[in-house]
Amino acid sequence: MPKNYQQDFGSIITSKTSFIDEIINLARKSSIFYLLFGLACCGIELMQTGGPRADIDRFGSVPRATPRQSDLMIVAGTLTYKMAERCRLLYEQMAEPKYVISMGSCASCGGLFQYAYSVCKGVDKLVPVDIYVPGCPPRPEALTEGLMRVQDKIMRERWFNARQKVGQPQPSLGIDYKVTA
Amino acid sequence: MTFEEIQQRLAAKFGERIGALAPANKDASLLVQAADILEICRFAKDDEALVFDCLMNLSTVDWPKKNQIEVVYHLWSYRRRHGFVLKVALDRAKPEIASITSVWKSADWLEREQFDLMGVQFTGHPDLRRIMLPDDWVGHPLRKDYAEQPQWHNITTTRDNSLEGYVRLDELKKKAADAAAAAAPKKEVLS
Repeated sequence: MPKNYQQDFGSIITSKTSFIDEIINLARKSSIFYLLFGLACCGIELMQTGGPRADIDRFGSVPRATPRQSDLMIVAGTLTYKMAERCRLLYEQMAEPKYVISMGSCASCGGLFQYAYSVCKGVDKLVPVDIYVPGCPPRPEALTEGLMRVQDKIMRERWFNARQKVGQPQPSLGIDYKVTA
Repeated sequence: MTFEEIQQRLAAKFGERIGALAPANKDASLLVQAADILEICRFAKDDEALVFDCLMNLSTVDWPKKNQIEVVYHLWSYRRRHGFVLKVALDRAKPEIASITSVWKSADWLEREQFDLMGVQFTGHPDLRRIMLPDDWVGHPLRKDYAEQPQWHNITTTRDNSLEGYVRLDELKKKAADAAAAAAPKKEVLS
């Protein structure tokens, strides 16, 4: 087992929920608004997933065009270093509790473009990722499955406790976000 | 016009400064001096016989052994339906050449790309910034001796193989079966 992930196993799965928690979680899991964040060809599949055939609207999941209203960020596509800064910025603008799906090979590890000079080797180097959806690009069914796993994760959470961190500790990027005219 | 005719046309205008066409299997090219490039491009665009109204491509080639960086200009004329290739050899340690954005506006981003990936300085460019990589990136990736920085803004630029330490079960089974087959005594064939 890779060293980085050893302590993460079981931290969320074992948490117990009360009846109140379950009711709250049921409401939360049925309204996961996701951020439209298509970066490459995975973005096309992301649109398909929101479209009438796969239709993840039936799980209460609708696209939002702003991070302020989103609960879930689906990072769909190749993340370049230039975009990495923006991705982190968008993630930090989202309100807690927030979830991240890394969609496709490129977002998970750099994928096909791993050895390119401008491609970030995985979105988990910037933000904690909850669900990795493999595929190049994943079919809408696969992304729907990923969304359902996020719902499972939400159902296991205790609402009155702080959400436990997943993944590796996130280092600061040292970016000055202040806009200079 | 053919390549030879274009070369003659340029030679008639610039004289000694225009050399012979480089022999090539497909597209011939003309090597010119870096100091002349702006003048030649301006003439190639404005001349009534040439009318190169389009800069198709601007790229660079790295030659570490020759210690050169070559800038290649692909010109095309929609009016006259002919093309031409200009080349300029620059010093690899300090590649610097005049920008031709004043002749073709499309050179703007093409020159920015070459500045980003190969480190060629285009003097007189209106906005010479990196175009593919972040502004504070170190190095020029398309140079042959490029070494990537280990990290950028606390993002490491490499990724560990997450499959390390895992074994495939079917390979283990196959290995065991092979070992058993090798250890078992061979059956004698009755004649």
